[in-house]
Amino acid sequence: MKNKTLFIIILIFTLFCFFIFLKSLNNSNIYIPPKNLDRKLVSFNTTTLFGNKTIGSDDLFIEDKIYLLNLWASWCAPCRYEHKNLMKLSNNKSIKIIGINYRDSLINAKNFINKFGNPYSEILTDKDGTIAINLGAIGVPETYIISKNKKILKKILGPINSEHIKEIENLSIK
Amino acid sequence: MLFTQLGYFSLIFGLIFSIFLIFVSYKDLKIDNNLINSNILIIVFLQLFSIFLSFICLIVSFINSDFSSETVYNNSHTSKPLFYKISGTWGNHEGSLLLCLLVLTLFIFIFLITSKKDPKKFKITTLLFQQVIIIGFLLFLLTTSNPFNYLFPVPNEGLGLNPILQDPILAIHPPILYLGYIGSSIIFSSSLAAIINNYVSKEWAKNLKNWVIVSWFFLTIGIMLGSIWAYYELGWGGFWFWDPVENISLMPWLCLTALLHSVIVFEKKLQLSLWTLVLSITSFILSMGGTFLVRSGILNSVHTFANDPKRGIFILVFLFTLILISLFVLFIFYNPIKKEQKNFFYSKETSILINNWFIIYFLSVILIGTIYPIFLEVITNEKISVGPPFYNKLIIPFIIPFLVLMSIGPNIKWINDNSKLLNFRLFIIFFVSLLISLFVLGINNFKSLFTIILLGVALYLFFITIKDFFTKKQINLSQKISHFGFSLLILSIILNGIFSSEIITNIKVGEKYKFKKGSIYFKKIKNFKEKNYISIIGTFIIKENGYDEITLEPELRIFNQPKIVTSEADIKINIYRDKFLVMNSVKGNDYYNIRYQTKPFMIWIWLSTILLASGGLIRLYTKNKYEK
Repeated sequence: MKNKTLFIIILIFTLFCFFIFLKSLNNSNIYIPPKNLDRKLVSFNTTTLFGNKTIGSDDLFIEDKIYLLNLWASWCAPCRYEHKNLMKLSNNKSIKIIGINYRDSLINAKNFINKFGNPYSEILTDKDGTIAINLGAIGVPETYIISKNKKILKKILGPINSEHIKEIENLSIK
Repeated sequence: MLFTQLGYFSLIFGLIFSIFLIFVSYKDLKIDNNLINSNILIIVFLQLFSIFLSFICLIVSFINSDFSSETVYNNSHTSKPLFYKISGTWGNHEGSLLLCLLVLTLFIFIFLITSKKDPKKFKITTLLFQQVIIIGFLLFLLTTSNPFNYLFPVPNEGLGLNPILQDPILAIHPPILYLGYIGSSIIFSSSLAAIINNYVSKEWAKNLKNWVIVSWFFLTIGIMLGSIWAYYELGWGGFWFWDPVENISLMPWLCLTALLHSVIVFEKKLQLSLWTLVLSITSFILSMGGTFLVRSGILNSVHTFANDPKRGIFILVFLFTLILISLFVLFIFYNPIKKEQKNFFYSKETSILINNWFIIYFLSVILIGTIYPIFLEVITNEKISVGPPFYNKLIIPFIIPFLVLMSIGPNIKWINDNSKLLNFRLFIIFFVSLLISLFVLGINNFKSLFTIILLGVALYLFFITIKDFFTKKQINLSQKISHFGFSLLILSIILNGIFSSEIITNIKVGEKYKFKKGSIYFKKIKNFKEKNYISIIGTFIIKENGYDEITLEPELRIFNQPKIVTSEADIKINIYRDKFLVMNSVKGNDYYNIRYQTKPFMIWIWLSTILLASGGLIRLYTKNKYEK
């Protein structure tokens, strides 16, 4: 072999890429235990997607209902899958769904809602992702089940499935 | 049930044949003659047959709506039209891999029967490398993505194919794209085999060139079909979004384009041998890397199939095994050709090489834009997304020298040619192009110097390629057509980008929306019931100053299996511009959200791509005439 150094450099770089990819594969599967259980929701202020008015978390969770705080984005494929389940839940009068549009272009987000329907009673924007960080979110979609007085009952990682729906509906009956 | 069993066992037979082949080939390598053991060809054919049988079994299961098969259950539905039942076979992860496998075995069979003149050892080594890939795919299918898993109890109804994928163009888009991706596997195997057997020669290049053209042709058409689909079906009103998955298909295409040019230089002058080999290997690695990124679920997009971490790890390990194998082969066995000539600055070779570098630069930008977010997330835990502005900023400025070089390059002579160097006419055409660009943009009130130069350069290439049809003798027909197609493509894209306009508004029936140059009138709305969806069609009358009144009828389709609403744009196409109207319902409201776009020269983007690709095909048929 003539060019040993070059070979070793390329080899090391290849292995480096391999481990990065391997890690990123694992990343999406790491399960972080829900820390926020029975804790209070952090306060935040932001603007709404439709109407562009400023709203705070203190104004939102006041009724005696089960709130779902749903983190979504138009670019997120699992959010599309989840959307029909949210639409189902939105028919339930004792559940209120609040959307947080995470790091999205406003036009795409609006198109998404226009196309697939709007299950949310209010959609807040989180353009730079700071709300999501404060919430301790690790990805989209993510849903917090919140009772009156901003108490977090449960955190759902990933899209809501039919089992989650049952669970949420049970909570809303109590 | 019968067909799932049959399909599964023919896959296992495929694997057994692979092992047989490796054994027989290894024995045959030791025999010192130039005649391939006839058993090898028979086993390759049997392997092709068993994979083909397996694929047919899957198709039959789909046609019969045999929901005892998990793949059919997940991706089909009895109410689906027959055509989409069949196309559902490759519209999912397992089926598409089986199709890839079929193409892999088909191509190696074609390779063996067409390369009669090549030495035996080279052919057998190519076969061995190809078998490594085939075994990789087979193991992947059998262990993590078996298309023939069966379900018990048998469900009555399937979960349906995503209706967004029920589109005739999309039904043929994947198979054509796979022909392109997998075609590069032959390029990969034969390059590695050529290095090992020290057969990096003119004869090798001649054969390789055909495979490069074949993969390049299918990849071009495949990408175009995907792009047409995105334009008509997704209703975003564009044809290219720098979506990671689009990028992934563009990377091997760029690599193959570079290879197509460097292999010509190599064949003629025996130069750029290492470069040609590196490009050959990279093309396939990029195709496989793309598969990894899409199938592992690291990237999310319309193309993401249900992901399973085991799959990701398998493809990753397989991909890096291939990379390591090729690195070892390249570093240990590669012998530079002694005959390399000195490079001359002002020559066709240099211009091809420089244009190759430009292509590689574009490729690197796209590669970095696509995988940098993944790296960043792992290293710093920060999530970013790379969008069109990144690519536009880094690519568009470099298009200018690229186009200039592409215009001049084919007019320069090969190194040993002693004709006069530069044609004075080229300069005149250049200035005329700039003036036309200045004029066209001037009357439309564009003042950016950059846009003027960009359009000017695109026009320059366009005129030069037209001129080439009449004057140059040393440029062959296929190159003229491809380059003309490419110049038309770039020109249409640039004009499309400059002159597109868009109106977005909410409107209800009976309302009229007025904008600067005209008005949109929402006349009425109708409902229909189709076989597997409900259709809502709106009628809009659009009046624009200076044009006739047109009626556009966009459609909303509400599918029930699974429940998804898709919007079908209505598009009026003529040779100057497309008028594009798409509507979306606004929930709980009489209003509809509409998006009206005028897209100049859209049709030319598709036509020129076909022209570009057909140049390659012509080369395949006329190659013997041109080669001395």
